[in-house]
Amino acid sequence: MPAPVGPSTANDLLDAIGHTPMVELRRLAPPGETRMFAKLEGANPTGSVKDRIARAMIEEARASGALAPGQTILEPSSGNTGISLAMIGRLLGHPVRIVLPDNTTAEREQLLRLYGAEIVHSPGAEGSNGAIRLAQRLADGDPSLFMPYQYGNEANPRAHEQTTGPEILAQVPDVDVFVAGLGTGGTLTGVGRYLKRERPGVRIVAAEPMPGEQVQGLRSLEDGFVPPVLDASVLDDKYLVNNRDAVIGVRRLLAEEGIFAGLSCGAAVAVAVRVAREMTGGSVVVLLADGGWKYLSADLWTRDIDELEDELEGSLLW
Amino acid sequence: MSTVRIPPVLRENTGGSRSVEVTGGTVTEALEDLFARHPALRDRVTTDGQLSGFINVYVNDRDVRYRDGLATSVGPEDTIILLPAMAGGARQA
Repeated sequence: MPAPVGPSTANDLLDAIGHTPMVELRRLAPPGETRMFAKLEGANPTGSVKDRIARAMIEEARASGALAPGQTILEPSSGNTGISLAMIGRLLGHPVRIVLPDNTTAEREQLLRLYGAEIVHSPGAEGSNGAIRLAQRLADGDPSLFMPYQYGNEANPRAHEQTTGPEILAQVPDVDVFVAGLGTGGTLTGVGRYLKRERPGVRIVAAEPMPGEQVQGLRSLEDGFVPPVLDASVLDDKYLVNNRDAVIGVRRLLAEEGIFAGLSCGAAVAVAVRVAREMTGGSVVVLLADGGWKYLSADLWTRDIDELEDELEGSLLW
Repeated sequence: MSTVRIPPVLRENTGGSRSVEVTGGTVTEALEDLFARHPALRDRVTTDGQLSGFINVYVNDRDVRYRDGLATSVGPEDTIILLPAMAGGARQA
């Protein structure tokens, strides 16, 4: 019989997802009455917010029977979601295959392989949308594969509505503005739905990556892809953030607050500071989606920013 | 004059220009001036007089849909960005 354990001990790693720290950003907040807080999603087991949605998508699929015991999971991901699924697949006995653009950082592939995931490369020049298209083609051609499809799976925003949102309100009960990066739209949609219900008047603000010229150039207008899980009606504001400002944000997080975070966090912080500057008081919560570990090889922190900006134009980090 | 940045997908309609200087105190007026200078753009960017759902418009990086839409004011130092709508993880060029 196992020895008794304390009440805060998790049954397994899945049980340890969420309940991430919230810290005040005392040094980054602009002078004045407005307070800023950061939700540190890098504290999740595989280092990103995606653990929450991966767990929700897989648990729901197993409960509904959509995912059978031992069935292979296939998902397009630029890294974080794939790594979360690979960890969960390992624990629950599902092989995992990730469609990954071929120009992400090496750390992502290393982690995926350590967890035993199989990697299928999509052309980096086609960005995330290229990975989505390839994964859909693979899934269509092989019914033995189960694709959670984070961009269209309601379990994604629901995970945030049921976990991230309540945590934020418990940690910062007087939250006035919530800022997060826009990827699948799941975080903004789910947290936004919860906070708007529980605290009317709260503003939900998106930080959107500025797409580079090459990606823009590959597309026709009609290709425009808006993820089905994004409920744009919960958004109150949306800002474009370029790579340079995202890098500056990442550096300020580390230098001023000691927070080692990923590139989208720098973008979210840039927007949060901009919003806070326009306020005369109140509380801004910014969600920092991941830690900096998967970006070490890109060296966002010390390289010449012009050089880095040029290089980021050709890689996929968000 | 404010500046309109043209995405690659629309540059065939501006003779290859990446940006166009325009006048106008609102997004509507600025776009009318843009269409007057580059008439072929109108049909690419609007449908029945409305801005196409495939296009996002930003003034100083802020999406006008969440401000006053096409009535959003534009100052002479402001930059208007037209971008194909594509929320998602594309982050490269």
